[in-house]
Amino acid sequence: MLYVKERNGENVVLRGARVLDPAEGIDATLDVRIDNGVIAAVAPEVDAGDHRVVDATGLVLAPAFVDPHVHLRTPGREDEETVASGTAAAAAGGFCAILAIPNTDPVVDSAATLGALIETARREAEVPVGFMAAITRGQKGDELTDMAELAASGAIAFTDDGIPVASAGMMRRALQYASVTGRPLVLHCEEASLSHGSHVHEGSVAAELGFAGYPSVAESIMVERDLALAAYEDQPLHLMHLSAAESVAALRRAREAGVRASGEVTPHHLVLTDEAVRSLDSNLKMNPPLRAESDRIALLDALRDGTIEAIATDHAPHARHEKDAPFEEAPFGVIGLETAFAVLNTRLVRPGLLSLATLVDRMSTGPARIFGIDRPRVAVGATANLVLLDLEREWDVRADGFRSRSANSWLLGATLTGSVVMTIAAGATAYQLVHAR
Amino acid sequence: MTIRLVNDELRPPQPPPRRHLLSVADLTRDDVERLLGTARTFEASMERELKKLPTLKGRLIVNLFYESSTRTSSSFELAAKRLSADTLNIKSVGSSVDKGESLKDTALTLGAYDPDVIVIRHPQIGAPQLVANVTDAHIVNAGDGKHQHPTQALLDLYTLQQELGRLEGLHVAIVGDVLHSRVARSLIQAFELVGIRCTLVGPPALLPRGLGVEATTDINAIRDADVVYVLRMQNERMEQGANYVPSLREYAAQWGITPERLSPGQKVMHPGPMNRGVEIDPRVADSIDSLVEAQVRSGLVVRMAVLYDVLTGGPVGVRALAAAEVA
Repeated sequence: MLYVKERNGENVVLRGARVLDPAEGIDATLDVRIDNGVIAAVAPEVDAGDHRVVDATGLVLAPAFVDPHVHLRTPGREDEETVASGTAAAAAGGFCAILAIPNTDPVVDSAATLGALIETARREAEVPVGFMAAITRGQKGDELTDMAELAASGAIAFTDDGIPVASAGMMRRALQYASVTGRPLVLHCEEASLSHGSHVHEGSVAAELGFAGYPSVAESIMVERDLALAAYEDQPLHLMHLSAAESVAALRRAREAGVRASGEVTPHHLVLTDEAVRSLDSNLKMNPPLRAESDRIALLDALRDGTIEAIATDHAPHARHEKDAPFEEAPFGVIGLETAFAVLNTRLVRPGLLSLATLVDRMSTGPARIFGIDRPRVAVGATANLVLLDLEREWDVRADGFRSRSANSWLLGATLTGSVVMTIAAGATAYQLVHAR
Repeated sequence: MTIRLVNDELRPPQPPPRRHLLSVADLTRDDVERLLGTARTFEASMERELKKLPTLKGRLIVNLFYESSTRTSSSFELAAKRLSADTLNIKSVGSSVDKGESLKDTALTLGAYDPDVIVIRHPQIGAPQLVANVTDAHIVNAGDGKHQHPTQALLDLYTLQQELGRLEGLHVAIVGDVLHSRVARSLIQAFELVGIRCTLVGPPALLPRGLGVEATTDINAIRDADVVYVLRMQNERMEQGANYVPSLREYAAQWGITPERLSPGQKVMHPGPMNRGVEIDPRVADSIDSLVEAQVRSGLVVRMAVLYDVLTGGPVGVRALAAAEVA
């Protein structure tokens, strides 16, 4: 279900890092030896033998990250991102696996399109990629895709992200049929008749600036509908990029009632509110929109208590000339793979709002569990999926600094603290910071 | 003292900071009073036989209009001409905008002529700011989508000051389609700056949530106001089937401003163009209490003041203006 180009397994000793793997209950200064891509020893001092040695003193070694929501724009918009550039960006962000969204051109709704993508990934993916397929043909909401065949061909999940399934009847059929595939449905919840034509959260900022309001209830009403259907059909579902307090409350209630529902939140919804839109910067235009401070607090609380198990970047590359337009004309979406860890470390971990252990869990273990991916972990015998982090390093976010083909980041010009020093994905080194230390 | 002056003269001249008028939110009360004062000075000069002033001779002012406009575009053009500036009028129809040129590219193209001021009207929020980011010109917002129309708010303040003799303590009821109105958004901020009490009145779906201003759906709330400011029903901004109001007929019956709904002596304003018989009864539009024509006259001198202010900067009193005229 995950595809990557052939690379040589790493032989390396990472010496003296603070090894942090919350799921394994490890937080100690240890050496880690990797033999041919597999963790061979985790101990206070290991024999390096012929291995390359990386002095990791003062750094944190953690399970590498898993991003369940990435737009790779391939096929169709290779000017914005390719499998090669998107996975290189992921590697630089500390990710050992990413999941690609099928709202491409053409939409990934057939085994042929999916097969071509898998072949591309086997040729050029720097880190393992999983591909989601559409729930309905062409994401038109009319007919189900051949979900069983798509799952057998390698689809990791199903989503109509971008153009959500409007009809409750169609959603019910999708939930029923997805059970045959064993793969989860992944839902972008938006009632289009409430959000139609709008760009900014309905609140005082939209009212003052004149933007058509995209109310919270446009999301939460659909979250409630889909959770009700999932409960009725007793099927699992995963809610994408939650933004509203009411949606979080609905997810919490459903989970307490035993519904197999999970949720994700983006870095931008965790640290920004609609106040940021006053700048009219089109890199603050995303769907769902940035919401009120009370929503942001609710999302952060849910992330802490585990109601929301996963952080997802919703990495959405856009061509420069398309974002260089008035706010309403510019497309929705921002990139996030290369800044996710650093911005959350800077804005949440360092001020004491979120523990590093919880951040690592929600960026790695949480999303892996939801999608049935082998959990990245620091354990002898496990394939090395590790990230080495420098929590103190400061760096500037610059348009020419991205491995992504696009630079539509809301963080351009910001200084962040904390960076990825090295990423080992599926046993091979996918990224190493140049000039580190 | 002398040494300091010499040093100052030897210092390379600093380019003046670029001044824009993008939003009323960027203005202080002092700015508003200075602009209204300058406008009064210009109004006095308009009583001469020869109305043209040499003040902005040699300056290039580009009027870039992406939306149709009569009042705003004609008054900006005339304001520039009365100040002896060169003008270049670009309309989206018949220009390369028709061929799909982006706003950024059009701005870069016009910027290559080194205009001193670009006056822009555009259907999208923030378009003037985008032009300000990519050119070196001073930018004056002549209306951007539903966002701002700062010169309209200034000319309305000027009209109120001239006609009612004061601003502070007045009560204005703004009636109608607030949701789609850039005029209302600019006015609300301008009224707050000068201490005018503001009440919004209109159908529920056309009163945006979260504006933080006194608002009601009850048309009787206009009775206490000194002035009733009537907004145009913006049919062109209402998508089909949105049902903001059941029908224009229903709107007129419930919220239309008729002589019966007004208190004696209440003044009425409208930014134009009017839909007579919809938001405003023709008897009200043509009554002696209507300030609509005064608003149009104010538009010319206020826009002269705005062009003068962005180009010359600093406080502009009568004396400074006289000096500029001599120059």
